[in-house]
Amino acid sequence: MRQSILAAALLLMATPIAIAAGPQDAVLANLAAQAKAADVGFSTFSAVDGKTFFFSTHSGGKPDTPSCVTCHSDNVKAFGKTRAGKVIEPMAISVNAQRFTDMEKVEKWFARNCNSVLGRDCTPQEKGDVATWLISQ
Amino acid sequence: MKNTLGALAACAALAVPVHAEGLQVNPVTHEATLKECSACHMVFQPQLLPARSWEAVIKGLDNHFGETATLDAAVATDIAAYLTANAADAGGKKSRLLRRLDDTVTPLRISEMPWWVRAHDELSAKAFTKASVGSKANCIACHKTADTGYYSED
Repeated sequence: MRQSILAAALLLMATPIAIAAGPQDAVLANLAAQAKAADVGFSTFSAVDGKTFFFSTHSGGKPDTPSCVTCHSDNVKAFGKTRAGKVIEPMAISVNAQRFTDMEKVEKWFARNCNSVLGRDCTPQEKGDVATWLISQ
Repeated sequence: MKNTLGALAACAALAVPVHAEGLQVNPVTHEATLKECSACHMVFQPQLLPARSWEAVIKGLDNHFGETATLDAAVATDIAAYLTANAADAGGKKSRLLRRLDDTVTPLRISEMPWWVRAHDELSAKAFTKASVGSKANCIACHKTADTGYYSED
């Protein structure tokens, strides 16, 4: 009896958290599961590391796209521009709530853009760090 | 009179309709092509290149003009089928957009097509690199209805 009350109390406590869950939580949870699978020592994503990664000039990728900011601009709340001249919607959640709500889209664009910028796939940690930072913006 | 008839016959033989000014091609209607290609650039109409060019473009999506633009294999096949079936030379047609193009040459860019070069020969390189245009791939920066298939003269 006491245990079931405790369980109910825990459920009640958990409920508000579930209601408050952001629309990006499923994507972050998916990335976290990938990170755990890739590295048993994985603990958490870092917005600070994600920001650094986003602004860094990387090597190994295609010469015209050395950084995320090449196309997304250095203001994630502003519009970016593709090299072909097309506008890219902002990446920051505060101005574009659709970002990081569709796992298929997230994976498609990380796969393309990581290979353009770094010449390889991003690790789950890198993807999660960048996503965490952009979701905080 | 003979000249007029000759001109009419020549017009009738053209696969691409000729506007008083500019160029008219069919708008893109294929869903996957619209969705995937428009993610990064205006969706170029298949009539602007021969089928062999589209095949090369789709094969080379892992380095698509300096970017990785890989697609799911089934989507790539679907898009390639649409592009080649509606290309400048689809069904053996002789589009005027193929004039002066050597059969052994496979342009990867529309801006490498002889018709394109001639149509833009009055423009300096700067016209394409200025901020409002950015690239020769950004047709719609100047041709405001390019996405509908109509490329106005100026």
